Amino acid sequence: MASMAQAIRMALHYGEKHLDVKDIFGEDVGAPLGGVFTCTQGLETTWNTPLDERGIIGCAMGVALTGDRCVAEIQFCDYIFNTIDLLKLVGNTYWSTNGLFNLPLVIMTPVGAGIHGSIYHSHSFDAIATRLPGFKVVMPSNAKDAYGLLLAAIKDPNPVLYLKPKALMRVKGKELLAGEPESDRELKAMIDAPVGDRSKWKANWPELEDESVELGKAKTVIEGDQVTVVTYGRHVLECEVAIKEVQSQGVSVELIDLRTLYPYDWPCIQKSIEKTGRVIFVNEDTEVTNFAEHLVYRTTQELFYHLLARPRVLAGKNLPGIGLSPALEYASVPMKADIVNEILDVVKELP
Amino acid sequence: MSKSKSTLPLEKAKLLEIHDLMVKARVLEERLITIYKSGDAFFWIGGPGEEALGVPLGLLAKRGQGHNYDYLHLHYRCSHILTSYGLEAKNVFRQMMNKKTDPFTGGRNFSNHYAIPEWNVVPVTSTIETQYLTAIGTAHAQKREKAKGITIVTGGDAGTAEGDFASSLVWASRKGAELPLLIIVQNNKWGISTNYEGQHGEVNIADRGKGFNMKTMVVNGNDPVESYIALEKAMAYVRKHQKPLILEAHVSRLYGHSSADGANLRKDEEDCLVTFEDQLQQWGLISEDECKELRLNYEKETRMAMEEVRGEDGPEANTIWDHVYADNENADWRNF
Repeated sequence: MASMAQAIRMALHYGEKHLDVKDIFGEDVGAPLGGVFTCTQGLETTWNTPLDERGIIGCAMGVALTGDRCVAEIQFCDYIFNTIDLLKLVGNTYWSTNGLFNLPLVIMTPVGAGIHGSIYHSHSFDAIATRLPGFKVVMPSNAKDAYGLLLAAIKDPNPVLYLKPKALMRVKGKELLAGEPESDRELKAMIDAPVGDRSKWKANWPELEDESVELGKAKTVIEGDQVTVVTYGRHVLECEVAIKEVQSQGVSVELIDLRTLYPYDWPCIQKSIEKTGRVIFVNEDTEVTNFAEHLVYRTTQELFYHLLARPRVLAGKNLPGIGLSPALEYASVPMKADIVNEILDVVKELP
Repeated sequence: MSKSKSTLPLEKAKLLEIHDLMVKARVLEERLITIYKSGDAFFWIGGPGEEALGVPLGLLAKRGQGHNYDYLHLHYRCSHILTSYGLEAKNVFRQMMNKKTDPFTGGRNFSNHYAIPEWNVVPVTSTIETQYLTAIGTAHAQKREKAKGITIVTGGDAGTAEGDFASSLVWASRKGAELPLLIIVQNNKWGISTNYEGQHGEVNIADRGKGFNMKTMVVNGNDPVESYIALEKAMAYVRKHQKPLILEAHVSRLYGHSSADGANLRKDEEDCLVTFEDQLQQWGLISEDECKELRLNYEKETRMAMEEVRGEDGPEANTIWDHVYADNENADWRNF
């Protein structure tokens, strides 16, 4: 099965070949490296930019203003913060021009902790991303969705922030993409750049298909009836492990992978909470003015009389950074034990 | 004494066309100021006094839509450029008075914040200097497509302190990947209330281009003839060589920064229109009376346009969610 990095690479190839992507660019995105996570190896339209995040976003805006489609990358979201005013402009251009100029662009950036990335390779961006009106925001949790969400993002006429959970880049999927060879080794030989001299290497792409994942649609990963857990990105995996543990204690949990953070799939969340009466929103961004707080607000406003317990947010501690030492990192972001404890606690709570 | 055709710096018809458009552009801005002062608008910002640069620029740029035409990344002192493109006064007033008929922003943005797809005029933003970044992208797309158009970006002198200006120099000048980008600085020697000396150590802002192997020009932007000739050369260079060029034009800021500092005529600044009309009269191309008549005609025209627009409706409150997303896809989370 393809890893998430390989799935992203194949989606970009599909974008170049079938969706009229004209440029894929960012720091170290082009040859010879093809991206620090190898997501852009072997592609036709990649190129390396100067080490200038503002230039990257500005360039993407310009390309999109011509009507051409592009995918730009900020190498880590930890370095995207100096582009916030540009991201505001990206988000407001269509609205400000009363519908004259849309910006069909995708900005990819790796997010989150989980790789012992210390202070400047562990930031999350979902809380800020969801405060950029005009953007759509997605974060996949598996290779198949990584592929499908990226195709949908490329096709969308609006700007899309594609948040890549960096801890999942090497994680292999559980489902084959249409056209993907069954053998990992075969896929690697076809699309992974060789070690050493790559100057004569060309990728041998499989015949892929359009398996877009509709933006704005969540996925119920596990069905249950006592508590709803809503999450995205790498915390889908973390929650799956936690849920397996509580299931052994007889607790039934429904797990929703949001996939698109904005515009989010409220009907899916609503239906689940109406069934379970309990909800925990899990993510690793810092907990104060966290995106999940908006979802809790909406839950209390619209589903108050369905609730059997207080809706919860389990998020990263409101700290200036994630410390390098594993002890520090694990104490800063939701881990399996935290999720287990929160589930058991909310299940115990009675109205 | 009339000057013979052979000694005129440009064709007589071109000189008179430039003059006509400069008057038209000036009257337009003065009418905007009047609209503000009469309470029909919340705010004014514009570039009266910079017509001697802008009008030639608009006459020389290649107007149209798509990669084969010139992209304009302007700031909010550029109505003179677009006057040469055929900008209609009524539409300018519609934006100034935030009417729903404002064809650029639908009553959502300040005056002189244009967005005109059919002329490749990309949205003017209030963020200072970000246009130097977006210009990288259109120039790149044009180069990729081997298009005939170039990208022209312009901004003020104070804004060149932003890193975005430096970004445009870095990205445009990379060896083998040079961009067809004409970088213009309208140096009026002010940044709101701070003078040039308070912000700059460099003698010429254009000199910064030399460190990037760029061709540079410094011109008297109060002289439309010098501006026209320099811009013609600059555009030809960028178009032919597909390389960047930085052109700094020294201009006047005739009515201050914006309505925020009064929008009153500064008599200590050179008025390029007065200077040019003196020149044209010395050459015998136009009389003082003809100049006055031209101005009066444009004043009458703009007054009538303003009166027509004044009665138009503003946007309806229930349109706030329109155009958050393309195709008016729902953007109100209450309805997700």
